Amino acid sequence: MWASFRAELVKLTRRPAAWLLAVVTVVLAATFTYGFPYAGIAGGTDGPYSDRTLPMLLPDRLVGNSLSGLPVFFGALVLILGVLTAGGEYGWGTWKTVFTQGLSRREVYVGKLLALAVAVLAILLAVFASGAACSMLIALVETQPVRWPSVGDLAVGIAAGWLIATMWAMLGAVLAIALRAVALPVGLGLVWMLAVQNLLSGLVAPVLDWVATVQQGLPGPNAGSLVAALGAPTDVPGVAATVGGGQAAVVVAAYLVAFVLIGGALLTRRDVG
Amino acid sequence: MTLPVETEGLTKRYGALTAVDDLHLTVRAGEVYGFLGPNGAGKTTALRMLLGLVRPSAGTVRLFGRPPGANQLARVGALIEGPAFYPYLSGRENLRVLAHYARVGTDRVELVLDLVDLTDRADDRYAGYSLGMKQRLGVAAALLKDPRLLILDEPTNGLDPVGMADMRTLIRRLGAGGCTVLVSSHLLGEVEQVCDRVGVVSRGRLIAEGSVADLRGSPGLRVLADPLDEAAARVRALVGAERVRVVDGGLDVAVEPERAAWLNAELVGAGLAVRELRSGERDLEQVFFDLIEKGTTDVG
Repeated sequence: MWASFRAELVKLTRRPAAWLLAVVTVVLAATFTYGFPYAGIAGGTDGPYSDRTLPMLLPDRLVGNSLSGLPVFFGALVLILGVLTAGGEYGWGTWKTVFTQGLSRREVYVGKLLALAVAVLAILLAVFASGAACSMLIALVETQPVRWPSVGDLAVGIAAGWLIATMWAMLGAVLAIALRAVALPVGLGLVWMLAVQNLLSGLVAPVLDWVATVQQGLPGPNAGSLVAALGAPTDVPGVAATVGGGQAAVVVAAYLVAFVLIGGALLTRRDVG
Repeated sequence: MTLPVETEGLTKRYGALTAVDDLHLTVRAGEVYGFLGPNGAGKTTALRMLLGLVRPSAGTVRLFGRPPGANQLARVGALIEGPAFYPYLSGRENLRVLAHYARVGTDRVELVLDLVDLTDRADDRYAGYSLGMKQRLGVAAALLKDPRLLILDEPTNGLDPVGMADMRTLIRRLGAGGCTVLVSSHLLGEVEQVCDRVGVVSRGRLIAEGSVADLRGSPGLRVLADPLDEAAARVRALVGAERVRVVDGGLDVAVEPERAAWLNAELVGAGLAVRELRSGERDLEQVFFDLIEKGTTDVG
């Protein structure tokens, strides 16, 4: 398993697409969480973020702000990373090369997932770091006090963020394994995350009770509820306290486990063509 | 001594299509075994089953006496249906990644790069490699584990004539060094030059197995004599009608080449003009086509 983990880590860290996704995630997080809201506050203009106030951008709100993108755009980007990590092996036909090296398929799979989880954690930490830098800069420019969240809050926030982001990455991986491709899983995953989830919660759930009930068990609303419970601003798409934070954490973890098991079952049992 | 490869009744069906049909294959330790057959005969599917990539519909596979599994592949090198690597990594990085998977030291990487003459281009990205270089990297990867059994599927695909000759030399050298090699090919000359034994597969079935000499059968004699019909009648009377065929204005006679002088004396003594008398070794290509045709008929 560790042999596979080392190999997968090399593959991920040398892959330009993985770096591109990481950079895009960090830049988008900084821009939408701090850049645009601060520009709106500084310019005094009305807009989607006009209800944000300066205190919401300061360092003590670091945890909630850093997690706010996870239900949608950050989640979508790590879903793509998951698809690329597993689906690339189909695209290049490299499963046959890897599976004939002497490790079991299960060992290869677990090593790949561990490497993917580590990559997701690295991106999440980069988002937190860039958020810390942005919020401190805003505090210094606006001569506001620099108060950081407690270590405990930071740890819980990072743990929850890692859980959610890894769940989305595993959804990408399981879609890639199920469909043995890259393009289709990315397309279907993004349609689900960016369109279907929002349509369900924004348009259908308010008029159909059973949809409102069902969506309480879906991964997106639970991810949104978990980050909302940890202080993410609820004006961000996908962030809403649909269910309690504790339930949300359990549901997200259950999806993570389910995705891992389904992907493993498919990968270990199917022929490698 | 356990056999490196042994299959019994190995079968793979895809719906109504039977890709591999009741394959009984035995590869002995230290030999270079040629798996010969036309495209689509089921060679690659059979090799995939040997490596555990494809699950058989029926039958068993044993590598060194055990079913194929992770541990059994620790000393098995393979190149199946063309090389497959990560395009954004260099050749050397690709091999280092595989060395991690295979749990072998990275010192083997330099050794195998040198073996396939790819050291100079090892730091170039794989995406920029020519087909021949990709093929050589595939062979290098197969050799990474210092294998006891090497399974090569069409290893000379994409290689230029020099590369093909180098590949044949490498396979012979590995065989001479004690490595068991199972090489599939549709190129008769290639198999003839490197293999100790050959298995011919058609429509998923093994239709012949033996040394190249065995498959050729007895070389016989080729006789050109005038008049042809009288010569044919005389030779039939001498060796038996079933041993004589009139082909392309001459006679193919299924007797030992050592009897050439006797046959010549008999024909000349009968007043016939013998224009040519030589050992009529069967062309392997003809043998192959005969076998395929026979196999097809049998299957039909």
